[in-house]
Amino acid sequence: MTTMKTLLGAVAASALAAGAAMAEPGLIIDLGGKFDKSFNESAYNGAQRWVEDNDGADYLETELASEAQREQTMRRMADRGANPVVVLGFANGSTLEQVAPDYPETNFVIVDMVVDQPNVQSIVFAEHQGSYLVGMMAAMASETGTVSFVGGMDVPLIRKFACGYAQGAKAANPDVEVIANMTGTTPAAWNDPVKGGELTRSQISQGSDVVFAAAGGTGVGVLQAAADEGELAIGVDSNQNYLHPGNMLTSMVKRVDNAVYDAFTAAAEGELQTGIVVKDLSNDGVGVAMDEFNEDLVTEEMMAAVEEARAAIVSGELEVHDYTSDDSCPALTF
Amino acid sequence: MNYLDLIQILDSSIRLATPLLFACLAGLFSERAGVFDIGLEGKILISAFFSAAVAALTGSVWLGLLAGIASSMVFSMIHGLASITFRGDQLISGVAINFLAAGMTVLIAQDWFSQGGRTPQLSGGARFSPIELPFAEALSGVPFIGPLYADALSGHTILVYVGLLTVPLTWYVLFRTRFGLRLRAVGENPGAVDTAGVNVVRLRYAAVAICGVLCGLSGSFLATGLAASFTQNMSAGRGYIALAALIFAKWRPWYALGACLLFGLLQAISNRYSSIDLVLFEIPNAFVLALPYILTVVILAGFVGKAVPPRAGGQPYVKER
Repeated sequence: MTTMKTLLGAVAASALAAGAAMAEPGLIIDLGGKFDKSFNESAYNGAQRWVEDNDGADYLETELASEAQREQTMRRMADRGANPVVVLGFANGSTLEQVAPDYPETNFVIVDMVVDQPNVQSIVFAEHQGSYLVGMMAAMASETGTVSFVGGMDVPLIRKFACGYAQGAKAANPDVEVIANMTGTTPAAWNDPVKGGELTRSQISQGSDVVFAAAGGTGVGVLQAAADEGELAIGVDSNQNYLHPGNMLTSMVKRVDNAVYDAFTAAAEGELQTGIVVKDLSNDGVGVAMDEFNEDLVTEEMMAAVEEARAAIVSGELEVHDYTSDDSCPALTF
Repeated sequence: MNYLDLIQILDSSIRLATPLLFACLAGLFSERAGVFDIGLEGKILISAFFSAAVAALTGSVWLGLLAGIASSMVFSMIHGLASITFRGDQLISGVAINFLAAGMTVLIAQDWFSQGGRTPQLSGGARFSPIELPFAEALSGVPFIGPLYADALSGHTILVYVGLLTVPLTWYVLFRTRFGLRLRAVGENPGAVDTAGVNVVRLRYAAVAICGVLCGLSGSFLATGLAASFTQNMSAGRGYIALAALIFAKWRPWYALGACLLFGLLQAISNRYSSIDLVLFEIPNAFVLALPYILTVVILAGFVGKAVPPRAGGQPYVKER
């Protein structure tokens, strides 16, 4: 019996060692789902691109099914030898804070949140800058002088989007009215397209003719409702222009795919930097999506204005207020 | 808030009330016959999935509707089998149905469409499109009544009108036909009905089947009328709100219409205003959303009249030992 135990132990140890040596990167897809056409899908696409570019390479992937699984999933991923472990979304912050110290040999990457641990890379995006640009476009495209915003869960990150959007809209047209609604206060708000659609119809009936959705899976319902009513919509995170050609003004892309790709690549070369990484307009972390689906809707004037603002923001000449810096917004009240 | 705002809020409340109304009437039939059904949520969900999936595959919303109703009927029959034939606990069977629907829909969706538990976006003939009521255009100029008719009542999908017509139909069936009398009697005193020579089991199955059809309509409206695809857990608790509405309505059809419209109105108000300013104090949005539940608790506690459920509700009928 004891020899058996030793033998099994040895086998297990060697298996662990082998796993650690291979050190595949791991990706934990967050609530909202892998194919949310938005945030998570962007991360998934980044991982897929990395696999294509490094043929033969492989990575571990799981998808959260509920809030309660965060810690368990993170630990299991680390136990299986994944390095780095990439987690998506601000909601992982407090969990990672506790898990990371228990795995000093493993590197973690968190998107959308800062976790101050020696083995964690925190990637934050300057969503307010990208939202500012689409806000300008919305105000210039609007004929009614009213534009609107549908957020997912009411959290500071989403208010950051809304605040940047409102600032951009007011910069392009000081008289513009901005209506903002949040879908809910629980994680279920990321996945309620019916309510998203109803909020959109309500905003359109109040005069809005451009709707910006920053709401994960809920956004699908927002864009659909805007297309049904014949108004314009703006997508988020992934390039969503293809969803309703003719009704999609643009998308505020947040290159989560690049973040995941870069993290995987850096880790494979053993050069993953821990600490805070900021992805903003200057390094194309955020931006405005232009393609064949929206080129007819975007005027030269809009492009010129956006380019000018973009250059001003990158040079530091124009500063867009970040809601999360002081939990207030000069252009919008919530 | 002016009159136009009010019209728009009413328009939105009618849309939001319809899935609740179908589910509430479904529960009404089932519970009036003595079969408690907390599986409304699961049946809405399974119907939403199958109607969206079949509509996506065939391009016809009507085939989707049929598939939704059929799937909801199958779940109803499972509930009937467990709680009528095998005399199991009705609450447990209902909970099982909710879990089964939540897991099964995503699993099948992933297998069929590989889009992470969603169905593809529906468009054109695969969705219910809005219909204009007759004379809506002509009457829209009439002051006061005109906008109410043309903007709030007209321009919904056909299922909304089916839902509104189901209310008088339910009332007629339950209170003016022999079948309805027996159905209600089965929920109050099945022993007496049996003594009179009426088949209790068959009546209860009939009630559960009607419940399945109505839940099917509710789910189908959600996926192909309100939204344009199935998404994971899209019923979002509407089955439970419908149960609350049923208690609020004291198991009566016309009251059910009132309760569902009230709950829809509260949702529409909370969608539109982030907080309601009443000069002296402000009502936060979350409170308006919680109101349906608070009202139901108040009713249940007996402050505003008394909500008495059917006397034989929840008990399986045993003919003889």
